[in-house]
Amino acid sequence: MSSLWEYANPLKFMRTTDWLLPIVAVAAVVVTATGLIWGFFFTPDDFRQGSTVKIVFIHVPAAMMAINAWVMMLVASLIWLIRRHHVSALAARAAAPIGATMTVIGLITGAVWGQPMWGTWWAWDPRLTSFLILFLFYLGYIAMWAAIDDPDTGADLTAVLCLVGSVFAVLSRYAAMFWNQGLHQGASLSVAPGTRMDWAYKAPLYTCMVGFGLIFLALVLAGTRTEIRARRMKALVARERMA
Amino acid sequence: MIALLLRDLRLAFRAGGGFGLGLAFFLILAVLVPLGVGPDRPTLALIAPGILWVGALLACLLSLDRIFALDYEDGSLDLLATAPVPLEGVVTIKALAHWLTTGVPLVLVSPVLGLLLSLPVPAYGWLLLSLALGTPALSVIGTFGAALTVGLKRGGLLLSLLVLPLYIPTLVFGAEVVSRGAQGLAVGTPLALLAGITAGAVALLPFASAHVIRINLR
Repeated sequence: MSSLWEYANPLKFMRTTDWLLPIVAVAAVVVTATGLIWGFFFTPDDFRQGSTVKIVFIHVPAAMMAINAWVMMLVASLIWLIRRHHVSALAARAAAPIGATMTVIGLITGAVWGQPMWGTWWAWDPRLTSFLILFLFYLGYIAMWAAIDDPDTGADLTAVLCLVGSVFAVLSRYAAMFWNQGLHQGASLSVAPGTRMDWAYKAPLYTCMVGFGLIFLALVLAGTRTEIRARRMKALVARERMA
Repeated sequence: MIALLLRDLRLAFRAGGGFGLGLAFFLILAVLVPLGVGPDRPTLALIAPGILWVGALLACLLSLDRIFALDYEDGSLDLLATAPVPLEGVVTIKALAHWLTTGVPLVLVSPVLGLLLSLPVPAYGWLLLSLALGTPALSVIGTFGAALTVGLKRGGLLLSLLVLPLYIPTLVFGAEVVSRGAQGLAVGTPLALLAGITAGAVALLPFASAHVIRINLR
């Protein structure tokens, strides 16, 4: 492995992911299952929140991946715009629906958790609001991809949209914080001393976060492989027609 | 560039429909909201700043697809792209023309609609000022959206899906200025942030829009 850019070659990418994808997929299932079972059945109930606290093992990793997926799309879009590696553009495309799904999971588990804790399914809290806004950005990005036939034009336009969208998503986040003070607690995990979470919860939570990261990686790899195959098929059909 | 501006303005005024449409929409919205919410004056006064800003947003959105669509269809956009004028300048002029034909009229009629929605008296000045500061950002962001969707057959719906999330910061700060003004609070912070968004958008987004148009014309 001499350089990361070698994987910009679709053939090399396909060959490597041929054996990498099953490993990542199995690891994702094992780690996530371990984390969730550990979290759900082998942690004590919180003295105030009772067993509802256990939804944290889905809520926090999903929310984290929702943001990370957008960051990954941003990096992939930049790589596409600067170095024009097709795999990168296709990976960004593959990541969008997964990120959107993670956002929805985060919102739904948050609502289910918020109902017993805050007494409401939804509040216009800055964190909740900016997550909903993030979901809208995902929708726009996915719709943009879906609307354009030519893959290179689509990759270019969505990459620019992703860059501009990132700036406005951050702006919206701060606008939402300015606009309303919230119910949502601060960061659940922090390296600063005096963290509020006990290791009994933290260990399975970290396991779940790694598991969700692996799930995301496996799905993005699978999605990118599907996109590459679809492109190849289109090229073959076009060649057939020419002949 | 001035010739281009005059041409776009003339087209907007004479080629029917486009110019008054946004204004009429704004008016209808201000009539429909009290009909839906009820004629209770304190309630209306409470929601008036938000309604007026959302109305301005949607009215702006209505005329966005006209910015490039006609030029794209008859090929003049290709000529503009190959003209000696930089495309970034062309895009800025297009946004300016859109603002002059949509944003400025909206700003001017907004006090009348504020009256319909029983907006508190101290808020009128802030309404005018915030719309005057915020609508350029709406036009510039909208031009970016129009540039993204220019090559598409049915870009209208996609355009609103793309542009409305980008309008969120402008809306938040703009409506905040008016509602704080209505309560007699200090408006300096949201006003400065609103102006900052407009300045940033006007300075940077034309480059993105021009890049996107080059992609679409390829």
